[in-house]
Amino acid sequence: MNVMYFAWVRERIGLPQEEVETRAATVADLVAELSAREDRYAAAFADTSALRVALDQELSDFSAPLAGVREVAFFPPMTGG
Amino acid sequence: MTVLVQSAPFDAGEVLNGFAHGRGDVGAIVSFTGVVRDTKGDLRHMEIEHYPGMTERAIEGIVTRAKSRWSLADALVIHRFGVLPVGAPIMMVATAASHRADAFAAADFLMDYLKSRAPFWKKETTIDGTSWVAAKDEDEAALTRW
Repeated sequence: MNVMYFAWVRERIGLPQEEVETRAATVADLVAELSAREDRYAAAFADTSALRVALDQELSDFSAPLAGVREVAFFPPMTGG
Repeated sequence: MTVLVQSAPFDAGEVLNGFAHGRGDVGAIVSFTGVVRDTKGDLRHMEIEHYPGMTERAIEGIVTRAKSRWSLADALVIHRFGVLPVGAPIMMVATAASHRADAFAAADFLMDYLKSRAPFWKKETTIDGTSWVAAKDEDEAALTRW
């Protein structure tokens, strides 16, 4: 699936998006998998209460299942307006 | 409904005139323009990042909610991204309705939701460096009034 990062999450991980092969069942499982990869992921995902997640461009939550999802995006709380 | 996500500047007066032009069906038009503010006198510029695709969908969803809740003849949202100088317009909402109560309430609702439910992130560059603008608890709390 395509995993995207925005704002300081993108800066901390060092890339805007990547293709990830995963069997993670939920967003939280994917976060655990990514965090185990390298320190920069662990640093970005250290406090998921400071993060938001969108699945196929709809806001979701970390307990949501990933079955059928093509695009996951992680970002800090939004500051539009 | 008009939703524009763009890097280009816009002229709020011109947009509002275009939005209002030829409308005999409404009695009230409300607009709001957000501008890059330099509260401490040290801001060099603001940069806005967004999530292309989700941004448009999220804003359209917010406008659709407003239209289902208030009696609106039309609504417009423009939101910019990219590097914006101090004093530049960031975004604008406009609503048209038969009566002002609907137009004001819907514009207020649109602003509250655009602040924390549309995927934009602001980064400020000051004379001391760059930092991401943190979301405020009060912005999240503002959604509970609706």
